[in-house]
Amino acid sequence: MTGEASVAAGSTIDALGQFELHPVLGHLGEALRFSQSPLFMLIAAAVVLVFLYVGMRPAAVVPGRLQAAAEISYDFVHDLAVSTIGENGATFFPFVFAIFFFILAGNYLGLLPFSFTYTSHIAVTFGLAIMVFIISILASIRFQGVGFLKHFLPAGTPVWLAPLLVPIEFISFLSRPVSLSIRLFANMVAGHVLLEVFAGFTIMLAGLGAFGHVLAIAPIAINIALTALELLVGVLQAYVFAILTCIYLREAVAH
Amino acid sequence: MYRTPRLFLFAAPLAAVPGRAVAAGMPQLNFHDPLLIGQVVWGAVIFGGFYLALSRFALPRVERVLTSRRTRIQSDLDIARKAKAEADRASAELLSARHEAAEQARAHVERIQNEARASADAHAAETAKRLEAEIANAETRITQSREQALSSLSEIATSTTQDLVSRLIGTQDEQTVASAVKRVSA
Repeated sequence: MTGEASVAAGSTIDALGQFELHPVLGHLGEALRFSQSPLFMLIAAAVVLVFLYVGMRPAAVVPGRLQAAAEISYDFVHDLAVSTIGENGATFFPFVFAIFFFILAGNYLGLLPFSFTYTSHIAVTFGLAIMVFIISILASIRFQGVGFLKHFLPAGTPVWLAPLLVPIEFISFLSRPVSLSIRLFANMVAGHVLLEVFAGFTIMLAGLGAFGHVLAIAPIAINIALTALELLVGVLQAYVFAILTCIYLREAVAH
Repeated sequence: MYRTPRLFLFAAPLAAVPGRAVAAGMPQLNFHDPLLIGQVVWGAVIFGGFYLALSRFALPRVERVLTSRRTRIQSDLDIARKAKAEADRASAELLSARHEAAEQARAHVERIQNEARASADAHAAETAKRLEAEIANAETRITQSREQALSSLSEIATSTTQDLVSRLIGTQDEQTVASAVKRVSA
């Protein structure tokens, strides 16, 4: 949402400027290709780790608020992983936890003014999705051997349908990382573009004098509602990404 | 399914945004930008570090606290269950002891009652025997007195008659009077 600052003062709204990458730390950042996107990834990871560290520091039998929050986060993802993946869920639980909170923290940090939403970059979401894809393939080979390929022909299918079904199943398999990454990317981009556009309306209306100042309340009200919606979308998309990861892993470890 | 309505929302302002922004395209798709690829590499490094920190340190710590709480609760429950079992056993012992004591007391009372009854019966029988003896005694004495009285009655009658006769006629014949009295009283 840094975009507010970059809204053109004139008649156009630069809705996409907020997604531009700029090096941070000057020349060093430029040399290391270190933009604000990895900076916010670091911040997100640090926030989650500090939250867990500070929350669990009392290690009390009867938890306080922060400890209860940390334990609920743990239990929530743990239940999600174990109930979806099955008995091997505990193995993948740290991975699912990392995925869920990396995306959730990214989505929520992006809602703060002057911050950057790294989940609004297709390169990042596709990277995450490809990682899930590769790990689920590796898990398939690890748990089922080459036999996992039989998933491409659903059980009980007549053999003469195989030439039709196997390519379909294979394409749907390959499309998983695409849909996984585009779903998150598109949701975050859409939300932030909307916020930017309505913020731009506010500034444009404010330029119309006293009458415009009154009218400018409307886009502000919409932005407040959109922010609430984005809070919902942020956690929902993280959840969807995590649960789809769990579903792919369940297929991988199922015998 | 999660993105359909939002994509329309997304498309609308994009269509509304004129000129420059659309022409410039989305910065996310500008793959010539070294920063774009840079963030993927950095992202992989950061995510890897994040995953390691979580799986090595942060999550096991939460797990330890949760496990220690579970074992603590379990052991507390076990202690409570043991205490309850002991209390149940003590209560059962107490009940049986009370029952036994009540039984003993009842037997005791019964024995004392029986003894008392027996002694009262014996006492009553003794008294009755004594009274009977006294009654018999008294009856004997009464009979004796009556017989005595009856035997002295003829004497009294004879002497009285002799007195009367001597008053009336001045003389008397003891033999005659006695036989007359005897005849009359017979």
